[in-house]
Amino acid sequence: MSSYIPNPQAVQQDMLRFIGLSDISGLYSGIPDALRRAPPSLPDGMGELEVRRVVSGMAARNTIFPSVLRGAGAYRHYIPAVVKAVASKETFLTAYTPYQAEVSQGVLQAIFEYQTGVCALTGMDVSNASAYDGASAAAEAAAMCRDRKRSRTLIASTVNPRTIAAVAAYSRAAGTPLTILPAEKGLLDLDALRRAVGPDVASVIVQSPNYYGLIEDWRASADICHGAGVKLIAACNPIALALYKTPGERGADVAVGEGQPLGMPLSFGGPYLGFMACAKGLTRQMPGRIVGETLDADGRRCYVLTLQAREQHIRREKASSSVCSNEALCALTASAYMAAMGPHGMRQAAEQCHAKARYAADALAEAGFALRYASPFFHEFLTECPADPDALMSRLEGEGILGGLPTDGGILWCVTEMNERGEIDRAAAICGEVRRHG
Amino acid sequence: MTFPKSLSYAKTHEWIEPLGGGSYRIGLTDYAQRALGDVVFVNLPEPGDALVEGEAFCDVESVKAVSDVFSPLTGTVAEINAALLDSPERINQDCYAAWLITARADAPGADWLDADAYAALAEAEAKTH
Amino acid sequence: MVDGLDRMGVPLVFERSVPGARTAMLPPLDVPEALPDDALLRAEPLPLPELAEGEVSRHYSALERRAFGVNNGFYPLGSCTMKYNPKLNEEMAALPGFTDIHPLQPVHTIQGCLAVMSRLDAILREITGMDAVSLQPAAGAHGEFAGVMMIKAYHERGGDGASRAKMIVPDSAHGTNPASAAMNGYTVVTIPSGADGCVDIAALRQAVGPDTAGLMLTNPNTLGLFDPNVAEITRIVHGAGGLCYYDGANLNAIMGITRPGDMGFDVAHLNLHKTFSTPHGGGGPGGAALCCKAFLSGYLPKPMVADSDGALSLDDDRPLSVGKVGAFYGNFLVCVRALCYLLSLGGDGVALAASNAVLNANYLMRKLASPDDIAYWDGDSPRARAHEFVLSMKKMKSETGVSALDLAKGLLDKGIHPPTMYFPLIVDEALMFEPTETESRATLDAAAEAFLDMVRQARDDPESLRAAPRSTPVRRPDEVRAARNPILRYQG
Repeated sequence: MSSYIPNPQAVQQDMLRFIGLSDISGLYSGIPDALRRAPPSLPDGMGELEVRRVVSGMAARNTIFPSVLRGAGAYRHYIPAVVKAVASKETFLTAYTPYQAEVSQGVLQAIFEYQTGVCALTGMDVSNASAYDGASAAAEAAAMCRDRKRSRTLIASTVNPRTIAAVAAYSRAAGTPLTILPAEKGLLDLDALRRAVGPDVASVIVQSPNYYGLIEDWRASADICHGAGVKLIAACNPIALALYKTPGERGADVAVGEGQPLGMPLSFGGPYLGFMACAKGLTRQMPGRIVGETLDADGRRCYVLTLQAREQHIRREKASSSVCSNEALCALTASAYMAAMGPHGMRQAAEQCHAKARYAADALAEAGFALRYASPFFHEFLTECPADPDALMSRLEGEGILGGLPTDGGILWCVTEMNERGEIDRAAAICGEVRRHG
Repeated sequence: MTFPKSLSYAKTHEWIEPLGGGSYRIGLTDYAQRALGDVVFVNLPEPGDALVEGEAFCDVESVKAVSDVFSPLTGTVAEINAALLDSPERINQDCYAAWLITARADAPGADWLDADAYAALAEAEAKTH
Repeated sequence: MVDGLDRMGVPLVFERSVPGARTAMLPPLDVPEALPDDALLRAEPLPLPELAEGEVSRHYSALERRAFGVNNGFYPLGSCTMKYNPKLNEEMAALPGFTDIHPLQPVHTIQGCLAVMSRLDAILREITGMDAVSLQPAAGAHGEFAGVMMIKAYHERGGDGASRAKMIVPDSAHGTNPASAAMNGYTVVTIPSGADGCVDIAALRQAVGPDTAGLMLTNPNTLGLFDPNVAEITRIVHGAGGLCYYDGANLNAIMGITRPGDMGFDVAHLNLHKTFSTPHGGGGPGGAALCCKAFLSGYLPKPMVADSDGALSLDDDRPLSVGKVGAFYGNFLVCVRALCYLLSLGGDGVALAASNAVLNANYLMRKLASPDDIAYWDGDSPRARAHEFVLSMKKMKSETGVSALDLAKGLLDKGIHPPTMYFPLIVDEALMFEPTETESRATLDAAAEAFLDMVRQARDDPESLRAAPRSTPVRRPDEVRAARNPILRYQG
């Protein structure tokens, strides 16, 4: 058993004597007897080797798929070795929030660089230091756009359903209305948006590429919104932003997204990274920590947590969000990923995602799995499923392939730079076989 | 601390300048700006907002604190001093020039103080803090 | 703490950029090229730095030298529980059997992940005396938000959701409590602490009523005091029809000794990144376990891990649930680390960790404080503090002009991370120390000596402390400048 306590029992006794106590239970004299209890009935503590065996055994009970053709909000990309090395540096890993700027310049500068990177990707003016994940970032963005007169949030039905669920939960908590806008051919129905932007509407959330992988028209949405005093929240994929027009270019007021593709492994859903950026005029409404540049007492450039009077530890019940701990190490990972890949590497990754997804869509169509929607897509696409999806998935699984996600009666496939031509061909061949022979 | 004789004062540390015709200009007193320290942002209301005497209508941020500013009268906001949004430091530099809002009200506040009475109150408060 | 080189500053990664520099990461495309339509493409190339890998690597090594982690020195940051982060836990969290698992894999391929969650859940139920656990919240405040959602959903289902509009929060609470309540649309009723630093029972009785949705309490509280009336407090709130929320930020003091479930709390969150040794990553990711009594279990966020004769699955069919507060199942790798920690400690180890955290805090408090300087010190028979204690430097400030901030900055020159400053808000010139159980007596002795040395210095040479720190890469950044004219990204 190991409690990581450096003081042996004899030293503990000395320390107890020093504070005038004879035994350790005296430390708890403030706790009424009725509430005291024996140590929890848990198995005895284990030595390191035993913990390693038990936990490794659990990991071994999971299946690692050598080939992943599934995304739907979590994406497998190549993670450069240097990114992993940076993210596991002991000091970054074990530091607390950089409240003491003098000894936290490394963390603060890394976050400042992350904020700059997020602004570069999204084309927005201001980024925060991170939110919990992409889904909660969208919910926080909806909250930051509300004011006394406008409380309703609109969200396209083509947004990732997990994001919609989080926005719905946050809205229900706040007691503010939410309307889900219908889709037309896999894209937000702009006429429905035009009809919905009433005087009580604060913002609309439009994701591109959307849940079906399709590129939405943020510009048209922005024009409709801005004509009605409504803000556009663009939910985006950070790899796609290396290639496609940015929320900033398209007139969005806030950009949010799931930052996991920027160097974080799949990890069964977390820790991930919610990124949030906004137009300058909304800076004060932004939740969470923000790092700013300033000068120190000797005139040297340095970094601090700033605009803190927005936050819960000062504004308490008047703060727009309760977020305190965020995903700082994931933000640092994302920043290291952007630096390691550079503009060319990120663009190359995005181009390969797109080209391979196109290739896979063609191969699957040839196998009888036709594309459901005709619009341009990035690296995900929905096909029909002319076979039993369970049978198909288990056949693919037998070949070490995690197939696309059964969705809306079809299959939502995702292809990234990690998928080689051979595995795409193999997957398509299996699909064809299952369609023909069941 | 200076407290111009021409102004009225609320016990919650706002100065009021009657402009005639039911209009008033409102700002923070020298005591208030000193107590706040370096002001870094002012959250102003919007023209047309209702004001209730004794209730917060605006807040002022320093680096590590946020403080409510209370309305010395009941009425509505007429204008806001938008220049403060970009240069909140004006409140520290010259709090009597850096007004927050002008307001319209049917009547002055019930217990406004004159400069001497307010100075006594401010000095007493300064001693306890 | 730093060498001379580091005082020169580290250029931003953007300033290190050399056009054309790059490292090959990906092989050539093995399918036909296919670019999206020009009209869809971004107009400008990505303004990211161009660097060879060695430059990237060196950049972050330079930044790491300008940071301070638990292994760099004593880190008694109050309310943050900066205990040692065991290395084994990092290795286990990096196993490909965990990191390479897609969150939407078929259930029979994720039995190991679900086993981690299920086992952690069982241990936490035993430690808290609660009946059900969700690991979905990504941090303590996220857990609070979700827990208050559950309270709200419970009252709504009971038919008095609209009338129960108030959440009671003591003035010593962390700011996240009132903020989480407000995010749920509640009006926050702040009740003052009594002269003993604990909940003022009379004030609480006055505050509760048919409009009470609940109470949020941290126990031991942020002054490091266990509220001896806690059972009475939860009875009063329950008597008025409200529910009781336990903020587990300070569980490290009492885990294995007493349980929030036995104190009368209905919902609680635990901070995996404080109590259960998962590293804080410079501000996150954290992780929270949201725990509740059986009558509230239906309201927990979904999905929940379900166990049918050892076959684990994710149950999304939970009609009462408050829904999803995040995309998936929480910060899973943080849960792996917390499980490793709890398996290492076992039942006895958990209690031992708590009592040693309390021992270290009381030992340090006696070493470094004269009674006058300790907030809520009660005379000749001081109550033991829990895992943390708060000093008020008000007297020193009025006598010498040296503030709590100056002392904190002075500690930096001695290689010690300062305690939490100016919190809780109800204590003037507060310094809040939390040494944790993983510090040795020698470390505590050295820290006490350093601190007392500075108190002497404050009296003998106050100017020198007001000029501290001297040895750090930068000194007293101008926060007013940062806030008045925000520069929030590099613009070349």
